[in-house]
Amino acid sequence: MNNIKYILGSFGDPDEMMHGIDKLQENNIKIHDVYTPMPIHGIEAKLGVKRSRLDIAAFFFGITGTCTMLTFVYFAAAYDWPINIGGKPHFALPDFIPITFELTILFCAFGLVGSYYASSHLFPGRAPRVMDLRATDDRFIIAIDAKENTDHSKIDDLLKEAGALEVKHNERKYISYE
Amino acid sequence: MGTHNYNFTEQFEFTGKAKTLSIIAIVIGIAAIGYGFSAEALHERTFANLLLMAYYFACVCMSGAFFLAVQFVAQAGWSASILRVPEAMAKVLPIAVIILLIVMGAGLYTHNLYHHWHADGLTDPSSANYDKLIDGKSAFLNVPFFMGRQVVFLAIYSFFAMYLAKLSNNEDLEGGLNSYRKSFKYSCIFLVIYGFTTPIFAFDTVMSLEAHWFSTMFGWYNFAAMWVSSLATIAIILILLRKAGYMSWVNNSHLHNLGQFIFGFSIFWTYVWFCQFLLIYYANMPEETVYFYKRFEHYEFWFYLNLVLNFLAPVLLLMDRDNKRHENILLAVSIVVLCGHWVDYYQMIMPGTVEEHHAFGFIEIGIAVGFVGLFTFTVLNTLSKKPLIPKNHPFLQESLNHHL
Repeated sequence: MNNIKYILGSFGDPDEMMHGIDKLQENNIKIHDVYTPMPIHGIEAKLGVKRSRLDIAAFFFGITGTCTMLTFVYFAAAYDWPINIGGKPHFALPDFIPITFELTILFCAFGLVGSYYASSHLFPGRAPRVMDLRATDDRFIIAIDAKENTDHSKIDDLLKEAGALEVKHNERKYISYE
Repeated sequence: MGTHNYNFTEQFEFTGKAKTLSIIAIVIGIAAIGYGFSAEALHERTFANLLLMAYYFACVCMSGAFFLAVQFVAQAGWSASILRVPEAMAKVLPIAVIILLIVMGAGLYTHNLYHHWHADGLTDPSSANYDKLIDGKSAFLNVPFFMGRQVVFLAIYSFFAMYLAKLSNNEDLEGGLNSYRKSFKYSCIFLVIYGFTTPIFAFDTVMSLEAHWFSTMFGWYNFAAMWVSSLATIAIILILLRKAGYMSWVNNSHLHNLGQFIFGFSIFWTYVWFCQFLLIYYANMPEETVYFYKRFEHYEFWFYLNLVLNFLAPVLLLMDRDNKRHENILLAVSIVVLCGHWVDYYQMIMPGTVEEHHAFGFIEIGIAVGFVGLFTFTVLNTLSKKPLIPKNHPFLQESLNHHL
């Protein structure tokens, strides 16, 4: 019993799982996380998940792209090798708006993909870590930290009562695909 | 998904401050028109302003019909409970159309508008006035065909606007899915016609003021302007109704969607505007650059103000999610966008009519205020005729439970 790290309640139905979350929260049992095969509306608010800061990151990645391109264009077209194109100023801003826009988007997109990989610990070559394989298929999993919440039998009962098809006591946090 | 206790028979009462203010605004408008016609020298300026506001008025109303059609074709659920607002705008379209046609007809008749292609001797090779370019375009730009096109286009838009409103009325009375299916079908037809004809409508009404110059982007540029200003108008009406205690079912998520629309289409407007500008700037051909030359010579302040109000303001203020959901911020941005598109139309129309003699005084402000009053009066009056919610709309529950 003492080696149990996580208790997983496995549900076959999202509504029952939501009901299970309510039950656990009523009994002041802290939920570690919830894994579902599909997005569930309103679950962030229920679990108190903090708002993603991805949009702020996106803004700064974008601004970086804008500055990079404008600097480069200024260096190339006005400083290092000025060429007279149609009698316009060397640093003719309207001409360079499209490419600046493109680089803004590019930096933003690459930056966001990178942030996503970094925050989800998922990048090429790394084995993905999951707590229960069926959460990627047809089961809705509630994970509870067994070290923090010591009354295991009560948790089991609450989960079963809410309609859990299966309750697992795991001694490892993650099982990997490997 | 909670249950709701909304009053499905709630109706807007058009009385009190809104009514008084809109009537005062109309009176100011009439005074401005009267002042404009009191002196011969002001006629052209008055006509240009009348054209600006009549065009703006018609565009906002027909984009209301366009909004309805888009929602039906996309089978959108979120908007079902706010459809009465664009519907009221669509129902006002015939009034706007009549005003626009009168302004254009009178302008043509008195040679105050469109005199660039409509004047004596322009197409007569023996005349001193002969203009080869205008002669070449005269198969398209002649008064009967021009007015004929306007009447046909605007009549078609009005027909679809009224018909969509009528179907929604039938839906209220009979229920069932018949009206919805019909709305879907007629919306599809309307969108195809609208998409192909609004560019021509914009070419005629605005671009032909400077008939030597042409731009194929102009139609979409105007379409973007009319669509975003109409969205801003819908947002303003909704927020003000909500502040007055009506439409309690409109929540932050509905505002969020409208905010996204305004944000997105402000960027779309800038994109089309810039497409037109960049190509002309880059190619640098005299027959094209003359358009921006005029604007840089005499309208430089308006030219940059246009970009600040229509691009920088909505992009910077609406970029944040919380701002789109915030009633007062969205209201402020919508008003900025509406003013911005007045500036946009101003520097589309004025350089081709009054050229360097433009001004910003009682005529401009008075006529704009007058048309705003007329719009408010007619739309709110129409809105007060029917319940504020289409109670038999098939997606109503989805809209009431809308949550982002």
